[in-house]
Amino acid sequence: MLKINNISYKYHSDHWIFDSIQLNVNPGEVVGIYGPSGVGKSTFAKVIAGYLKPDRGSIIVNGKVSPQIGRNPVQLIGQHPEKAINPHWRMKQVLAESGEYSDGFLSELGISKEWMHRFPSQLSGGELQRFCLARAIAPETSYLIADEMTTMLDAITQAQIWQTVLLLVERRQLGMLVISHELPLLKQISNRILNFEELARAI
Amino acid sequence: MENISIPNKKNKIPLLEVKQLSLSFPQYKKGFEESYIQVIRDFELTIYPGEIVAVVGSSGSGKSLLADSILGILPENAAINGTLLFKGVALTKNRQEQLRGKAISLIPQSVKALDPLMKTGRQVQGIIRDKKDKKRIQEEAFLKLGLAPGTGDKYPHELSGGMARRVLIASAMVSEAQLIIADEPTPGLDELAWEETLSNLKQLSEGNRGIMFITHDIQAALKIADKIAVFYAGETLEIANKEDFSGKGEVLRHPYTKALWLALPENDFKVLKGNQPESEDVFPGCVFEPRCPIATGLCKTNKPDSTMINNGITRCFYA
Repeated sequence: MLKINNISYKYHSDHWIFDSIQLNVNPGEVVGIYGPSGVGKSTFAKVIAGYLKPDRGSIIVNGKVSPQIGRNPVQLIGQHPEKAINPHWRMKQVLAESGEYSDGFLSELGISKEWMHRFPSQLSGGELQRFCLARAIAPETSYLIADEMTTMLDAITQAQIWQTVLLLVERRQLGMLVISHELPLLKQISNRILNFEELARAI
Repeated sequence: MENISIPNKKNKIPLLEVKQLSLSFPQYKKGFEESYIQVIRDFELTIYPGEIVAVVGSSGSGKSLLADSILGILPENAAINGTLLFKGVALTKNRQEQLRGKAISLIPQSVKALDPLMKTGRQVQGIIRDKKDKKRIQEEAFLKLGLAPGTGDKYPHELSGGMARRVLIASAMVSEAQLIIADEPTPGLDELAWEETLSNLKQLSEGNRGIMFITHDIQAALKIADKIAVFYAGETLEIANKEDFSGKGEVLRHPYTKALWLALPENDFKVLKGNQPESEDVFPGCVFEPRCPIATGLCKTNKPDSTMINNGITRCFYA
């Protein structure tokens, strides 16, 4: 289980971005988080994925305090894949940095073999986002955090990517936190939906 | 190409008329072997004064290049063909230069287009022709768009994304532009900011301005556009009316448009297999054939012409 244990975070000393958030995510469960811009959803995602350290509270992943040494079992996927990938590397190299992938897994994610020799600038946003997914889903990964993962994509590509992700969630029993402005999307994919502002307020 | 004018507006002169527009770039594969890749094919679009026409397509479909073609800001090596008319007169390179930023204006995709070192009010004032009344006109535009008094004294970095977006819209509002091209003005906005940006765009179309609204967001297009051009792999597959998007998409003419409609999470969230073709792929037949659920042998070998069906236009043999 991913246990988010009363975490609080602030950038400046006088203002909490969020205070005492408590939330558990079970393996195989998709939790949607909804809320307007600027309330701290993305900061929350970064804290859980270990990019930022909480000022108070802790994150427990499968019984261990996160982060541990080695690859983080909690992986974050953001809104802009083009910013998350080294623009000077071919896609093959981008993947190689993160591990070895079987052809079967890549084709399941809809990654075409021809794309491997391309540079990121030669692929569309939807195509790049599949690579970000592949990188995030390593054998060690047990929780995924998707922060506006498909906001930039058209409806068909969005549906394609989510269908793949939900299949992997089911098969690998990944737990997922999905942050989005889009309530209809969350209703399609989540087991439960939480309003971030209420979550940050409820103690 | 007579059949593409919309009947009830026959006596008005369109603001913008694009016919059989194609765009290609030279590409070097293996050494110096030059070949052309075509990024836009047979594009057609007509915008009348006071009308909002959405161009809906996925990322990488060439939407932003369309905007660049109309403004005449394509890279030097682009090869462009076809007819571009502004108010019935050909848009030549010279005319594009004269009209750009004046009668034709762009609301860019990125809020980074604002000058980071200049207060937003002054940036907008710089566009206003009437030199005596600059400040008043700018302040009125800001007020109309719901920007608080004093916003004009702030620098772009002091504004939120939604506010910066409104400053960009204000620039279009105070300009003498008759045609405004808005390139993806909504992604990443929350519901409130999204609604606001759309109603601001709608405001812009009042006063007989025509708007070309480039977006990947069908819901946004449906909210404000009069007509929706569905763009796929560099081609217009359908030009539909807003009302056609309802139910299971029975009234929609092209199978791609139907798939796009059914893929929305509000509808069936239904997946269409496959990817958009690469720009170097050449199709003797229909561009959508490889993914089309109703394609036949005919679609593989023959290109469907655009035909008028039920007050809209489509390129499909089976519409």
